[in-house]
Amino acid sequence: MATTTPEETQTAASPGAPTVMTGAQALVASLEQVGVEVMFGIPGGAILPAYDPLFDSSVRHILVRHEQGAAHAAEGYAMATGKVGVCIATSGPGATNLVTGITDAYMDSVPIVAITGQVNSQFIGTDAFQEADIRGITFPITKHSFLITDPADIAPAIAAAFHIAATGRPGPVLVDISKDALTKSTEFIWTGEVHLPGYRPTTRPHYRQVREAARMIAEAERPVLVIGGGVLKADAAAEVAAVAGKAQIPVVTTLMARGCFPDNDPLNMGMPGMHGAVAAVGALQRCDLFIAVGMRFDDRVTGQLSSFAPEAKVIHCDIDPAEIGKNRHADLPVVGDCRLFLADLAEQLDDVTLRDTSGWRAYLKGLQQKYATDAGDPKDDVLLPQEVIKRIGELSPADAIYATGVGQHQMWAAHFLPHTQSRKWLTSGGAGTMGYCVPAAMGAKVGKPDQVVWGIDGDGCFQMTNQELVTCALNNIPIKIAIINNESLGMVRQWQTLFYNERYSNTDLHSYRIPDFVKLAEAMGCVGLRAERPEEVDAVIEQALAINDRPVVIDFVVHKDAMVWPMVAAGTSNDDIKIARDMAPAWDEEEL
Amino acid sequence: MSTFHTLSVLVENQPGVLARISGLFARRGFNIESLAVGPTETPEFSRITIVVGVDQPAILEQVTKQLNKLVEVIKIVELEKGAAVRRELVLVKVKSDATTRGQILEIASMFRGRPVDVGPETITIEATGGYGKIQALLELLQPYGIRELVQSGSVALGRGVRAITDRSKYDKTPKSERS
Repeated sequence: MATTTPEETQTAASPGAPTVMTGAQALVASLEQVGVEVMFGIPGGAILPAYDPLFDSSVRHILVRHEQGAAHAAEGYAMATGKVGVCIATSGPGATNLVTGITDAYMDSVPIVAITGQVNSQFIGTDAFQEADIRGITFPITKHSFLITDPADIAPAIAAAFHIAATGRPGPVLVDISKDALTKSTEFIWTGEVHLPGYRPTTRPHYRQVREAARMIAEAERPVLVIGGGVLKADAAAEVAAVAGKAQIPVVTTLMARGCFPDNDPLNMGMPGMHGAVAAVGALQRCDLFIAVGMRFDDRVTGQLSSFAPEAKVIHCDIDPAEIGKNRHADLPVVGDCRLFLADLAEQLDDVTLRDTSGWRAYLKGLQQKYATDAGDPKDDVLLPQEVIKRIGELSPADAIYATGVGQHQMWAAHFLPHTQSRKWLTSGGAGTMGYCVPAAMGAKVGKPDQVVWGIDGDGCFQMTNQELVTCALNNIPIKIAIINNESLGMVRQWQTLFYNERYSNTDLHSYRIPDFVKLAEAMGCVGLRAERPEEVDAVIEQALAINDRPVVIDFVVHKDAMVWPMVAAGTSNDDIKIARDMAPAWDEEEL
Repeated sequence: MSTFHTLSVLVENQPGVLARISGLFARRGFNIESLAVGPTETPEFSRITIVVGVDQPAILEQVTKQLNKLVEVIKIVELEKGAAVRRELVLVKVKSDATTRGQILEIASMFRGRPVDVGPETITIEATGGYGKIQALLELLQPYGIRELVQSGSVALGRGVRAITDRSKYDKTPKSERS
């Protein structure tokens, strides 16, 4: 056994200086070297050796209450800061509890590194205590993964893991380390170099493709710029604004890209998809040029593929070549970083003569005004969930960060919060993970302690991961959670209303007072508030905004039958969008 | 109608690579017709020959792109018919006695097969060749009674001077832009 003290570990971390230390010390030194500020996790048998040097490290460890919370917190941190989020767990159930969060990160391309302990290498494969083949389990949901049984491999694996997670199309990377690799001694040398002969993502888009894109834009009569999560990951908000402004192209922002182009810009048509704005869906269905940047033609956006954007030629830019042509043929494929593409495109647009698209813009503006996604008529005696969410957005600072769960409240939050800045909107898009909200908000607040962080959650979602509020209360992470409590699994209930003859099989959560969310909040060391009448809404929001020493939970008891509109029923055409039950927009009233 | 395409995949010689690749095929609903894996002239690389059945060209493109996304995949080359040599190996154990042994050996020799195990009741023939040749041999042996047989996946190599490792090791071109 090495006798290196933690102090020596610190000094050993200087580049190029070889020092003998344990694998655990090498792990912690490597994490320090790649610049990890914080990690979320829970110790246990197999990972225990790593927790000893961690005790003295500059890396802050936040002890969560469930490993799923660690993974979502790592995601929330990554989404809010743009850095790689880190979670750590022990072998077996500790590792499998991360799986939901890793899946979520994979589906939404969130850069996280998950470190897991594994049983001693000589026991791997013997069904040892707390053994799970977490690398095998996560093959389909990780960008890459490592199983380390030799302490000498720890430093190179950590360097590679962070590089892979953050570059190209970001995503989760798992590093599984056997207990003996953590306890054995190794010579630690930090070079930071990665040797990955099979990994070289294309970042610079091809010049000729960009020039061709500019030419196609110049020829288009009805262009639309559709931005997705890739634009956020590339931090390309300024470049989106430059291209849209220069060519006066209407912009549609997918769920993952909300805030990457401000909602208050007249060119923003809003969110497309199953619960998209009529103007956004109309823009996609009627456009003759579909400029897709960092979006992946997800089924929730396209609806029935065969009738999706039927008249459009498609320019598709993505850093992941496999996304191009996967669901929709690209007339002009561009492989590269979204920011570089948009920056180059903005330049190229100077060299072309653009058509006048004012008629097209006026048509979409008309749709937008006529079919505004409104918050519903206020009622005297009952809270409208849409109105509650809208008021939270209106009363909070402009740079507030919002995390959501999944379901009705998520869609309302997508429509009614003021999406004006990027990296302020954290939501589970691809995976649709109920339970994402509280831990993701926690991770965001850790990364951005000076900004207000709201979680807009449902009463169903909240009951899946609310125990992380204990973590928040004990670690000075004062997030604010608004429970949009309709006492049911609202989105599922909505489908039952529309498609299952109002047979509400197992969607009633009876969460009017069981649990009592105010008492539950207080039990977890948070402030618990409640609003049940419209006149109470502003007061509790303001009260919550004034509290910064503890987390706050507000139970908004809302109208149970509120539904999310517009809606494109699953598997049907975007042309069949409904603005309310049995009500379709009149597409053809206005001439193009 | 499925068409078959032979992909030669150069990968890092690491544990778990094959699981990653076969898992990817299963999860994305791609159809593996045959798969053969083995070492190469360079110890750090293995080479996998995959015959994949696809019903539209877009699927083959997805297979290639998804494979390319695997960090341990160095390079993928499609080996087109005519531009590549491909071989399968078969070991087939045929029922035989003193009267049929000569006939079986004669059939085997027409296919440049050879006996590798002979007993009083069976004879085991080893043969290599393309898919058609192996099938023809097996058809002729069928009437004698096949006790068991084992067949390898197809392995293939491009004709001519070029090698899959050309420009791959120090290649600075991004993987996605390489053919």
